[in-house]
Amino acid sequence: MQWNSAREFFLMGGYAFYVWGSVGACALAMLAEPWLIRRQRQAIERALRASLDASADEVPRP
Amino acid sequence: MDMNPSARWLRFASPAAFYPLAGRLQRVFACAAALLALAGLWVGFFVAPTDAQQGEGYRIIFVHVPASWMSMVVYCAMAFWAGVGLVFNTRLSAMMATALAPTGALFALLSLVTGSLWGKPMWGTWWVWDARLTSELILFFLYLGFIALQAAIDDPRRADKAGAVLALVGVVNVPIIYFSVKWWNTLHQGASVSLTRSPSMAATMLAGMLLMALAFWAYAVAMALARVRNIILERERHTEWVRDAVEQRS
Repeated sequence: MQWNSAREFFLMGGYAFYVWGSVGACALAMLAEPWLIRRQRQAIERALRASLDASADEVPRP
Repeated sequence: MDMNPSARWLRFASPAAFYPLAGRLQRVFACAAALLALAGLWVGFFVAPTDAQQGEGYRIIFVHVPASWMSMVVYCAMAFWAGVGLVFNTRLSAMMATALAPTGALFALLSLVTGSLWGKPMWGTWWVWDARLTSELILFFLYLGFIALQAAIDDPRRADKAGAVLALVGVVNVPIIYFSVKWWNTLHQGASVSLTRSPSMAATMLAGMLLMALAFWAYAVAMALARVRNIILERERHTEWVRDAVEQRS
């Protein structure tokens, strides 16, 4: 273990902005991407369901 | 019917067969990515020692190197699937290439951003027009070019073909990035890890970096699979099986 205190860990030997900035940028990007994919998926499913309902209205199903 | 093993695998070249498989694999890879990232961050931030020259600032390596490696690996995978799609005219291969591009672009961007955040304290500058940095920037632009080109062509099959040609031509940039630190005098340090000699870093540093690289790789696979499922749904929306799949979920 390199750290004597939590404060020392967060200060990163004076490089806090650069180290946490890098880790934060990656974390943000890698949380945003799956969220965007999920939203895209929901939009596609909504559109598909809407078109299915529309076609069901036109042609009565047996 | 008795199929030989290779034919059994070829079954998954059909979007309808691949779609459920991709869903299962995507969850496996997402879990693997999360576990590997936790392990990698633990090793990188609590086990690996302070660097003699760069102090704690070097710990950027645990996200910078994996992001840079994966930006190149994903590009190669994208070009590979684009090439397979072009040669064998398999729709799913082209969809895979399309699905990989945004994740690769993200890694290239992260590589540039984290590199910038590393360059400022160590070199005194956010950016320099050095061979390594410039070729990585070109990689980022190649991804954006691929995405923009495909988005600009309405017919998906033609978009696949045009994108494939761009991806294959751009592959020449990958060895340029990799060897740039050897071929030119650059500010960027040389490779920390190579296949021909022992690594120039402490074993725990290397372990943290490799764990993070594996985590980023698993993440990229999970994202590409999740995105290819969206692409399949959109492109196959007129087929019976997509209608059934959507109706089952509602």
